[in-house]
Amino acid sequence: MTYGYTGKIAEVDLSISKISDLHINEKILKEYVGGRGLGVKILWDRLGSKWQTIDPLGPDNLLLALTGPLTGYIYGMRICCTGKSPLSNGIVGSTAAGEFPMELKCAGYDGIIVKGKSETPVYLLVTDDGVEIRDASKLWGLDGKNTIKEVNKEVRELLQKRKPNYGLWKEPALLYIGQAGENLVRNAAIMQKWTHACGYGGYGAVMGSKNLKALVAKGTGKLPDVYDQKMLTELIHKCWSTQFSNPQERNWGTASMGYSTGAQSSAEPVRNWQEEWHNKKSMGIVQYETRNWVKRFWSDYGCCKSCMKISVVKVGPLKGAITDSPDYELEAYCGTNLGIFDPDGVVYMSSLIDDVGMSGINSANTIGFAAELFQRGILTKEDFDGIEPRWGDPQAMTDLVKLIVERRGIGNILAEGTYRAAIEISKMKNVDALQYAIQYKGIEVGAHGIRTGSHFPYLGYALSVQGGDHTSIPRPPMSEARSAIGDSLVYCTISGPSGLRNIEWDFYKAVTGWDMNAEEWTNINGRRIIQIQRAVLLLGGPDLFWEPEIHDDNPPRWYIPLPSGPFKGSAPNRDQLMIERKDAYEAMGWDEKGIPTSTELKSLGLEDVDEALKKLRI
Amino acid sequence: MPIQKPWIVRDYLKCSGCRLCEIACSLKHEGRIWPESSRIRVFMLVPGAEVPHVCTQCSDYPCVGVCPTKALSVDEKTGAVIVDEEKCIACGACIKACPGQVPHMHPEKNHIVICDLCGGEPECVKACSYGCIMMGTRSTSINYDLYSINPEELTKNIAINLYGEKGEELTK
Ligand code: SF4
Ligand code: SF4
Repeated sequence: MTYGYTGKIAEVDLSISKISDLHINEKILKEYVGGRGLGVKILWDRLGSKWQTIDPLGPDNLLLALTGPLTGYIYGMRICCTGKSPLSNGIVGSTAAGEFPMELKCAGYDGIIVKGKSETPVYLLVTDDGVEIRDASKLWGLDGKNTIKEVNKEVRELLQKRKPNYGLWKEPALLYIGQAGENLVRNAAIMQKWTHACGYGGYGAVMGSKNLKALVAKGTGKLPDVYDQKMLTELIHKCWSTQFSNPQERNWGTASMGYSTGAQSSAEPVRNWQEEWHNKKSMGIVQYETRNWVKRFWSDYGCCKSCMKISVVKVGPLKGAITDSPDYELEAYCGTNLGIFDPDGVVYMSSLIDDVGMSGINSANTIGFAAELFQRGILTKEDFDGIEPRWGDPQAMTDLVKLIVERRGIGNILAEGTYRAAIEISKMKNVDALQYAIQYKGIEVGAHGIRTGSHFPYLGYALSVQGGDHTSIPRPPMSEARSAIGDSLVYCTISGPSGLRNIEWDFYKAVTGWDMNAEEWTNINGRRIIQIQRAVLLLGGPDLFWEPEIHDDNPPRWYIPLPSGPFKGSAPNRDQLMIERKDAYEAMGWDEKGIPTSTELKSLGLEDVDEALKKLRI
Repeated sequence: MPIQKPWIVRDYLKCSGCRLCEIACSLKHEGRIWPESSRIRVFMLVPGAEVPHVCTQCSDYPCVGVCPTKALSVDEKTGAVIVDEEKCIACGACIKACPGQVPHMHPEKNHIVICDLCGGEPECVKACSYGCIMMGTRSTSINYDLYSINPEELTKNIAINLYGEKGEELTK
């Protein structure tokens, strides 16, 4: 008996409209757990042998939306999307909070795997009765807010008709794409509830490539049986009371960092990372809190923290924009990174990016990159179809978002993401645009700089199997496996009440009955997942391939000393880092070229991965 | 003096959407996490405009009156509607009679579910840390029937309250 899992995953082939159930055996669940781990395992088994030829935006790619054993039981629920990433050509475990995973589990599924491509736009509806493929032609072209509105209406009416005696039907939960995903913008996100994004990885474009507008779920069942309900109930109450007794922690979420990370830590993107320091008090939490927040505490199912808030622009030309918090990442990327230091402008920018369904971090990195090229005269008003993306102008910046989403003019190139656009523009304009591209292996970097030496580790992103993803960082002496815990048990690591470290493994025991602890995870199971991710990242293709020697490195800009602020003059020493990189390779079981060694892979039972990497070792 | 009856005080604008109330309710009544079995259900027809939906114990109890099998009764101590699961035939008459369509079917068994106030100490209230649902006592000077209200109507109000015209547009 496996506790905590429903025991089945829905598998849908959109090319032939085939729906079936997949059952995963206990051994694999114990090793790969769920979410990111299980996604990596399934992707490797199915696509590993032909990885380099799989087009992430072609019908052979898989899109996985998986829960984990803790989803729904522990505070803060998330869904984890994976697939071959159209940005890194590897695998990114990309999570977003919201109710979708709860509805999915209550409908009896641990996850959904989608392959193939539908001829016409469709959405999948998952209910207690199973999975159906439904027409989405009327939804195609709609933004996020209207997609939710229309789907809610249609599905509630349908359920009411099917079970007229049930009483009022609650809304279904959606994972959906906006226009960006439809138009295969490479950093399109898979969205939940207006504002929450599976941002890193570009999986919105994968959904778009399958003509899949949304995954919609409404279940009425119970969460699966657990191993020890009494222990679980106690753990739940312990988390609640710990959190309730610390009201300050939930007041701001990460939104308080928009000022302090710039002013104090000096690690915030300012004008495409030309600086990492600002001292604009207009970005202070108190401004957002008093001017924009219409909802002070916004939670997802089961979350006892509510780090999210809802912001609205109330007056002026940007009036009517709605977004969440913005949290730190978006204050930084939709704000300081674009030279916007005014909360209304940041909310406006973030709101549009939500609506079209792009990753706020990744797409605003691309926009900052484009704005710097404009600042330097490399791209001109003509290139931008008449738009002048000047720092600090939210309207021009949002016009640029639309140019990208509609793939007009230079927007068509920028829609390929910062790295690919940099290569293209370098050719086009005969310049080295890559020096302005702040990204790692195709993944635009999170809003946390490294140059001060005290905020994020110098080699964190360079060695991450998820590129610029700030949530998946190897922190010496621990490996990146530590970062992958939340994505595989699939819950929100941000929403944990502080002071209860490692409590996830107690939940894991109570729910599944199995034993695991942080050390075992880091050294064996988590490590195995990271090695597969490293392998597929190095295999890459079909359009781009990464060479560790070149690409396990920071963008050139991050070796330029910080020009301003309390850490003025700081930058990592590259020669020193290259020596440290060698040690890090060794600690990870990688050879001097950065490729996982045979010994390492075999010790983890990954003989087939070893086989596939042989061609890279020559 | 008779003991005053409890009432769940609602402050709709304070709901965070955490659904800890649903979890607490289903843990109490079903011994596990089961959102749709919860006697209080939080609707999120528009993100941000979450509406906890739960019985208000109307003064005239239309649900009780309309039940053809007398499966519903009123608890003397608390005033809560008590469901006799054996007698209930799941006809749904009480849902139609309820001004706010509060009751709904048990998702698995063949009977209706309605809030029983946990005998006077509701678990949902203990789980709510935002002051959206709180413990109060019924006073004779207030008409609590107004709180039996359809969540769609409340969603519209709350969405407009939060988002103004955009809120109106999104609830049309
Ligand atoms: S516990 Fe309170 S804040 Fe949370 S959903 Fe229920 S009523 Fe809303
Ligand atoms: S609110 Fe509905 S369920 Fe509750 S007493 Fe009134 S009619 Fe009955």
